[in-house]
Parts: sequence; C-alpha cells; structure tokens
Amino acid sequence: MAFSLKLNGTSHEVDVEPGTPLLWVIRDELKMTGTKFGCGVASCGACTVHLDGQPVRSCQTYVEDVEGAEITTIEAMSETEIGAAVQQAWVELDVVQCGYCQSGQIMSAVGLLSENPKPTAEDIDAYMYGNACRCATYQRIRAGIQRAAEILEA
Amino acid sequence: MTLDTTRRSFLKGAAAAGAVLFIGARPDGALAAAGESTAFNPFVKIASDGTVTAIVKHVEFGQGPATGLSTLIAEEIGLRMDQITYDFAPSNAEVYNNFAFGPFQGTGGSTAMANSFQQYRTAGAAAREMLIAAAAQSWGVDASELSIEEGVVTGAGQSAPIGEFVAVAATLDAPETPALKDPATFKLIGNPDIRRLDSAIKGDGSAMFAMDLHLPNQMVAMIKRPEQRGGLATGFDDSAAQEVKGYIMSAVLPNSAGVAVYAESTWAAMQARDAVEVEWDLSAAETRSSDEIEAEIRAALDAEPTYNVNKSDQAATQALLNGADQVLEQSFYFPLLAHAPMEPLNCTIEATEDGGIRLHDGCQLPTGPHMALSQIFELPMEKIEIKTMLAGGSFGRRATPDADYQVEAALAFVVTDRSRPVKLVWSREDDLRSGYYRPAFGHKVKVGLDADGRIVGWDHRIAGQSIMKGTAFEPMLVHDGVDHSSVEGASDTPYQIPGAFFGLTDTEKATSTLWWRSVGHTHTAYVMEVMMDMAAKAAGQDPVAYRLSYLTGGADQDRLAGVLKLATEKAGWGSAPAGHAQGVAVHKSFGSYVAEVVEVSGSAEDGVRIEKITCAVDCGLPVNPDVIKAQMEGGIGYGIGHVMRDRITLTGGAVDQYNFPDYEPLRIGDIAAIDVHIVPSAEAPTGVGEPGTPPAAPALANAIAAASDDLRVSSLPMDENGVAFA
Repeated sequence: MAFSLKLNGTSHEVDVEPGTPLLWVIRDELKMTGTKFGCGVASCGACTVHLDGQPVRSCQTYVEDVEGAEITTIEAMSETEIGAAVQQAWVELDVVQCGYCQSGQIMSAVGLLSENPKPTAEDIDAYMYGNACRCATYQRIRAGIQRAAEILEA
Repeated sequence: MTLDTTRRSFLKGAAAAGAVLFIGARPDGALAAAGESTAFNPFVKIASDGTVTAIVKHVEFGQGPATGLSTLIAEEIGLRMDQITYDFAPSNAEVYNNFAFGPFQGTGGSTAMANSFQQYRTAGAAAREMLIAAAAQSWGVDASELSIEEGVVTGAGQSAPIGEFVAVAATLDAPETPALKDPATFKLIGNPDIRRLDSAIKGDGSAMFAMDLHLPNQMVAMIKRPEQRGGLATGFDDSAAQEVKGYIMSAVLPNSAGVAVYAESTWAAMQARDAVEVEWDLSAAETRSSDEIEAEIRAALDAEPTYNVNKSDQAATQALLNGADQVLEQSFYFPLLAHAPMEPLNCTIEATEDGGIRLHDGCQLPTGPHMALSQIFELPMEKIEIKTMLAGGSFGRRATPDADYQVEAALAFVVTDRSRPVKLVWSREDDLRSGYYRPAFGHKVKVGLDADGRIVGWDHRIAGQSIMKGTAFEPMLVHDGVDHSSVEGASDTPYQIPGAFFGLTDTEKATSTLWWRSVGHTHTAYVMEVMMDMAAKAAGQDPVAYRLSYLTGGADQDRLAGVLKLATEKAGWGSAPAGHAQGVAVHKSFGSYVAEVVEVSGSAEDGVRIEKITCAVDCGLPVNPDVIKAQMEGGIGYGIGHVMRDRITLTGGAVDQYNFPDYEPLRIGDIAAIDVHIVPSAEAPTGVGEPGTPPAAPALANAIAAASDDLRVSSLPMDENGVAFA
C-alpha cells in the first residue's frame, strides 16, 4: 500500500503494509540508518525521531498515522539551530561511547531544549529517562544538554 | 636505511601523486614497508596527499581503540589528531593478533591499549624515520637535522608536508628498530584535551554499525529458537507466514538449533517469524529453573569444594578459625546476567565474486568466526573475508568462544542458494532470551578475627558455572581443573590476608555462560570488598585505614593503596553531609587499580539515592585521559545498574525476561555525577574498559550498609533483596 511521507523536508512515496512501524520505513525503505533499532517496544529511545517537532518513538509509531506530518530524523538535525548546538556540545564533551543510542539521545535532547531552553539537572533526568544508554554516558548527556543550552544562549 | 631498487622500479610506473606508504609487520613480526600492501598487512597507511590512516586491529564499541591506536601513530609520526583517520583491520591472526591471546585476533580482557602500545608506536616511529629519510634524500641534507611537527617535515632551512615524501619513502626499507619518542616530549599521549575521532559521526547519524548495512538484494533472516536451550527443530509450518508481505521462505538450520525465517525487510522478517509454527524436540532441552540452579550452588557451598585453588593448607585455616576471637560468616548469591548491548546482535554474509565468503560484522574476535566459517563453507582461511564495522556495545557478548551468531548466520546462508546476501538480525527479545549469560555464582566466606580485629584466617568457598570449560580457551585458562575466571579477584587478592583458603566447585551449566564486563571480578570484587568492610566494622576500625593495613609489601599493594587514598581524599571520606553515608571499594583487575567511593542518601528501607561517586584509577601511563575517564564512568554505571535491579531467571528452562521492561537498564536519573581521578604513571598502559566495573557494586553495597543499620546485601539484585531505591 502506498503512503506519502514528508521526511526531513522531502516527500517520499513508500509501498508498505499498514501497521508498519515508522522505524522500519525509515531504515529499510528509505535506507536512512541514523535512526536505530534497540528494543522495538518504546523502552530504550534509540529510535527517537521528531513528529511535527515532538520526539516520538518511531518503533511504536505507525506509517498510516504519520502521513501529512513533518518527520525529522537525526540526519537533518545539523540544519536546525538547536540540533547543531546539541551536536556541537556532544563533540566538545565527547559524550558518545559506542554511539548506538546517541541519535535517539540527541533527538530527545533537542526536544527538551525546544521546550525548556535552560533545563536543570532534574529537568534533564525527567525528560531523558526513556533514553537508555548501555554504556552509561549519562553524566555527559546531562553536561552536553547544559552545554548546548549555553551555546544557544550565547 | 638504503634504497631498495626492486621496490623503486615497481614505483616507477606509479604517479607520485597516487603513491602510498604502508607500514606494517610481516608474519615473523619484522617491520615492513612498501608502496603497496599485498606483501603484508599494515598498521599505518600514508597517502601522498598527506592522509594518514591508522589500521586499527581492535573493534570499536565505545571503549576507544580507534582514537587510542590513532593517537599512538600520530604521536610518533608528529601529527595533529585532525591529520589522522582510522580504518579497521581485516581478519589476520598472524599480523593483527592480540599479544594477550597468542595467535588470535580479538578484543577483550581490556587489552586493546596494553597489547598495542609498543606495536603501534613502533609503526608510527618507522613512518617518521622513513619520511625524514626521504626528505633528507630529496633535500640533500642530513636526516638528523629534520623533524616532523604537525605533519610537516622541517629542518635545514626547509619545510614541506609529509605527503611530498611518500613516494620516495615507499622505496625505502623499514628500519628494524625505529627510535620511539621520549615520553617527556609527548604532545598527544596523555593529553586530556584530545577528543575522540568518532564523536561527530556518532552524533549525526552517519556512523555505520553492522546493523546499518544494507547490501543490494539482501534477505533479512531471523531465527526462531526454542524456548529451552538445547531444543531441536524437527519441522515447521509457515502457512501463516505466507500471508506476510515480503516473506520469502523458512528453513531448518543444519544443526537443528532453530528455523531461519527469511524476508525482504526486517519488519517482514519479524512478522513472519512470529507466524511460523515450529515443531520442537525438547527431549534434551534444559528444563531447570533458576531456583534449582541457586539451590545447587548453595548446596555446593555447604559441601567440601572440589578444588583447593591455591593448594593451601585447608586444615590450618580451619584451625585458625577455630581459635579466632570471632568469626564473621556471610554467603552471597549472584544471578545470571545478560549483556544487552544497545545494538542487537547481527551480521551479514555474502558470497564473493572469487568463490569466497565475506562477513560484515561488529566483530570482536575475528579469528573465531574466521575459523568457524572456513569449516562451515569448507573454504581455506584466505577465502573468508571479515569486514569489521562499528559495534553498538558488547560488554563481552560479541565475543563468544563458539562464534555463536556468526555461525548462525553462516548456517542460515548455507541452506540458501547463496545468490543473495543474508543479514541475520536479532531482536531485543532474542538478545535477552536466547543469549549467553554471566554465570550464576555463590560464595561463602568465614573470616576469623582476633581480639584486636585482625584477620587470622579466611575460608572462602566459591561455586558456580565455569565459563571456560568446554571452550577453546580451556587449555589457556583452566589449570588443574580450576577455571581462573571463576576465582580471579579473590584467590589472587593483593590483600595480605593470613591463613587464607580458597575452594572452588563447578556446578552444572544450565545456560550458555560467557564473560560479562570484568568476568570473574563481577562477583569476586563484591565479596572481597563487602567482607573487608564487615571485618573493619567488626574490628571497630575505619574501612579505609583497615584496608590500607592489608595493602603493604609490594607494588600491587602500593598501587591499590595509592588509588584508595586518592579516591577517599577526593571524595571527602568521613565528612559526608548529614543524612549521607559513604561506602568504599578498591580492586585490581586487568592490570589496573581502581578505588571508588559511593555516597548515598536515604536508607534501604526508605529508599536509597546515589548522590555522588568518586573514582581513582591507576592504569599505567594514561594514553587518552578523557577516554579513561569515560570508561570509568561507563564501567561504574554498568556495575551499579545491574546490581540495582537486573537478573535473568529461568522457569522450566525458559528465560522469564523478554525485553527492557523486564531487564530495566540503568537510567539517567539513577546515577549521580562521577568524578574520576587518574594517577599519573610511567608504567606500561593497562586496561580501562572493565576495571571500573568491579568496585562499583561493593562500594554501593557498603554505602547502603553504612546508611541502613549495617544491612549487608548478599543476594542480588538489590531491589529484590531488601533495598528500595528512591
């Protein structure tokens, strides 16, 4: 079945079954692999993308529900002011280790900073709770978000 | 160093602009250099445009070897870090072997830097000497007048980028023993401002993990496995799967370990696999439950141990305990644990044009799957190619002695017509339910103290499932029946404990056991450090001073004492704010010495909150200090997350946990900031990937005891054994 998706500002026609998770449309059909598969049950956040600017878990978001929405993935984050600031902070602080969860971490971090330009450590812990990092890079994620807030304020 | 005319004539036809200098080693270990890499496998590649590439023999899953090994080469040549990039080495056990493993290529045991330090520095130093020799020839000056800084050869009034000398350097013989730089002149090694080389690609989605590979015309295969380990597939019904769009076919694996379900996409493979009904022969399958495993281990602790690990005088220890003023006795139980790396296991296999096989994999132990695939496909080793890609974590899981998932992929490929690449994908459920686990272990310890609280005897029994027995690693790591990985960190403790006896009993394996970040130290450090804390408390002494009194008389003891003093000083030991309590642990593993102080608020009953963690590490010469700090931070998080609330349990042989909601990862709000301090050292570099993990859990346990009327958590996880977390 054909669906029309708007992803990172570009329209894409995909032929998939209804009920297909957006994650697999992005990864397997559009071959954009920055969005990761970690658990498939919205428990780890590795698959986080933005739907009309809001972070969602793409493994539990279905293709038929996102036609007409603006879908944004990690690949387009450098084009946004907040995304670029977060990416800069991530590199400055070497937040990543294995890196597999970090696309999702950054998508959530951008979501947080879009709502709350100066989050406290408690704000960060609450907002980022659903993004698991098995390497436990958490304190650098916390510091990275606060550094990005500084960059954006400057 | 002389001009090699044969190589020079080879290079005559090559345009200088396209010249490349490769420096590596021949199988006999001698340094080699050439303008092409067919004769040997290189460690460094320098192109005439000045591009320098480190060929990294270790897998990168966050622990930092891509940055670390590149740092060594950049330092020795004389480059900035932005002038070097990296690529992963092909599988070749003769050239890229891990010196800690013998003739075997692989990453593990926190050895990447330790075993590469001299090798990669030497390759970089050879490159420097050859480039300088080439420049000296070109300019007609003496090589001793020249040096390389930031990628530019300078001296004798001239200067030019190194790329200009690549073509000439490629005609020279490699120096036999190039001179390494004086550590006093290091600009990159030990520099805390050096950043990771893989940060940017991991932040913009462009990093390619094995899971991200999509070969043209590939099929995705997922395996339907038995609920109980050891079950065998005897047939299947895929009529329901036929309804799934994109479903291709199913096939029983040649070893009957499961049914491979093939589809055009990952989502189709997931759905089709759910729809396939498999007939299982469970007659030989595991049927025990974790309660039975625990009962077997606890019974073994009450019986005489099979092995006297240190061949010490057991009767003498008993006599010392009999004469002790008081005897502390404590049993411990450690459950099965999954590794759960963030990237579920996967790899892709394809046929090559020359009749060989290519494996694309975040490959941790290339020599293992290389040999296994050679057997399965009945091809010589040189017909098997392994492309190592980035791996999304491992913690031990990607390094199985039997190359489990690569073999599974090979078997899933071998039953096809081999015309299409097969990408094997595991789900998170596969990872938690069909996996290999940190074995369950029990300890029972009796510590005899005299009237002054000094230890007079230490009787320590360990029982659990051996990791190494029955694997290819058994001859190397099992001696006189004792699997060293079952007792490491206890029977070889640097504490100067008098009258010690260590007994070991192997229990039956109910699951596949596997090393898990820090291996035996995952349980031995917990037991040693909780017991030392209990002994200090019973003696009425400060836990730090008490430990220090047993850390005398040698380099190991001095270095442990050093990190213990540094961590406790930085943590403000003994001066925690009101309502906070501190716990400490110190442990040596993988050649490194780590002390950690955990500060908590609350109590086991009311809810414990981790407020602050301080760590001191002595890992020899710190090559990339910020990577070391990151590894301590991550190792501590890994250790603490699991003891808080994770365990794998079995019911009737089947794993009870399905996905992260049943095996909850450490979350950002669970853990406080970690303050890491590195001991300056000129000793050879030692491990950092694992040593941060062992002290974390006992330091937390000791803090909880201090906060909770001396409650000693002796069975894990903590949240099922009397500890609430706030």
